[in-house]
Amino acid sequence: MHPAFSVIFLTTLIGAGQGLYLAMVTGQLYAIAQFVEAQKDQFYAIGSLVALVFLIAGLVASFFHLGRPERAWRAASKWRTSWLSREVIILPIVMALVFAYAAAHWMGWTNPLFQLGASLQVDVTLLLGIVGTLASLALFVCTAMIYAGVKFLQEWHTPLTVTNFIFFGAASGFMLAAAYSAYIGNPLVTFFGTWAVILTFVGIGSRLMHLRRNGRIKRKSTVQTAIGVRHNALVQRSQGAMGGSFNTREFFHGQSDRVVDMVRYAFLILVFPLPVLLIGAAHVTESPNLPILAFLVQFVGLMAERWSFFAEAKHPQNLYYQSVA
Amino acid sequence: MTQLALVIDLNVCVGCHACVTSCKEWNTSGWAGPMVDQNPYDASPTGTFFNRVQTFEVGTFPNTETVHFPKSCLHCEEPPCVPVCPTGASYKRPDNGVVLVDYDKCIGCKYCSWACPYGAREVDEEQKVMKKCTLCIDRITDPKLSERDRKPSCVLACPSSARLFGDVHDPDSEVSIAIRERGGYQLMPEWGTKPANHYLPRQKTQMHIDQDELTRVDNPLRKEDLTTYTGEETLDDVAW
Ligand code: SF4
Ligand code: SF4
Repeated sequence: MHPAFSVIFLTTLIGAGQGLYLAMVTGQLYAIAQFVEAQKDQFYAIGSLVALVFLIAGLVASFFHLGRPERAWRAASKWRTSWLSREVIILPIVMALVFAYAAAHWMGWTNPLFQLGASLQVDVTLLLGIVGTLASLALFVCTAMIYAGVKFLQEWHTPLTVTNFIFFGAASGFMLAAAYSAYIGNPLVTFFGTWAVILTFVGIGSRLMHLRRNGRIKRKSTVQTAIGVRHNALVQRSQGAMGGSFNTREFFHGQSDRVVDMVRYAFLILVFPLPVLLIGAAHVTESPNLPILAFLVQFVGLMAERWSFFAEAKHPQNLYYQSVA
Repeated sequence: MTQLALVIDLNVCVGCHACVTSCKEWNTSGWAGPMVDQNPYDASPTGTFFNRVQTFEVGTFPNTETVHFPKSCLHCEEPPCVPVCPTGASYKRPDNGVVLVDYDKCIGCKYCSWACPYGAREVDEEQKVMKKCTLCIDRITDPKLSERDRKPSCVLACPSSARLFGDVHDPDSEVSIAIRERGGYQLMPEWGTKPANHYLPRQKTQMHIDQDELTRVDNPLRKEDLTTYTGEETLDDVAW
């Protein structure tokens, strides 16, 4: 498949945005449980607003993917059957909840509404945080299912696509939370950094399994089933067009195997060992800049990962576009 | 229920591209607007087509066979391209089974093209919407046309009658009989898309001629014939 930059930006940006939001809510939950010290409301509010900026940037990127962006509102209609439609609906919901969570913290709506059990004080921010977390997880699933749901793209048609999206998104969001805390000199940088490393570890494990699976994929379609002629020696001589077509532009990445391999090695290094080392180094040196660098390195790596994800996938229609003349 | 479809006879398709040009001509002049080309007269011309004829070579030289293979939307009975469309622009007509795109609703997200294993959908690079074969829906549903003309443009253009058109759900239609009696098959059946279009396979055309058919051994006049022949023309040499 041809890697479209609009989609690469969309999925990586909203992944980081959702992850950062999850990190804020996690921080609040840990503070309630008194595992980490409670932060000022402003900390959560600004963090969530940064997450919102990422979500908006992703949304803007997604418009570049559409041929007719002015009609995008129509895409909300077929949520019963289309994962794309479901994503289109849930993305603004998540954005609204993230905004509401930030606003509730900013306005200091933290008077307990009711009490659960002996000590759990439930306030508006906690409720919004929990609903937002669920919506955010649902958004991860919808985004990933757009790819995992297409059975013809056998490389994508696996639950590993969903776990990759969830864990990589969450990892980069927690990295971002660590970077944010480091930037403002907040002590939670270690807490977020530790979670970022754990999530990165799980994400890369899932991606390596995905790569291993795709290395052994058995193709369902062959040129024989494509044209229905049973013969071992069957080659295409012409594809009905000399100057290419939508089919050659959309479904081929147009790069040499070397480039594809290099991008794969690049993302394997940029997503996992480098940021983990940087976060480790940041912990030792207490540097305020290294976590930011770790986030940026991993984000670039995740864009390379998404590029690779597209380039890996081989569509059965390519069987009809093997040779020009 | 009616399911209109094409049946394409690979045994007689000569790869002349008449269906491609007549398809383009009809559909680019229609109410849905032009099917735009880029660089039509320059290097690397490209553009939107509903129908393409491709060529495959079977076997190893010198024992090869050329298969010309026309490819367009197969109007699948279980079209995977329809449910993925977020806007409902892609739909299957309930009355005749034709799969269509509403160009006024399509947002050009290209998701449906990912969900078609046959590469039958192409984005129009200028109108930025998804396009594909409509089976000439504006011809086949036009009661003002004569019965003979109420067919897809490609079918009328084909000089070797390699393209049949009709209802594959009606067991007595020309297409159903052709599929039944001449081994009609579907493309990539492994995906369960149930394409409505079928293809008729190539056939070996062989004729067996016996020596008896060249020289009549059972000529009754021979029985009592006393003549000695010396190679001259006889009644046996007359073609009956
Ligand atoms: S051939 Fe492709 S575009 Fe046509 S109905 Fe089947 S899946 Fe859809
Ligand atoms: S490109 Fe158009 S027809 Fe295809 S899925 Fe998107 S909106 Fe539907």
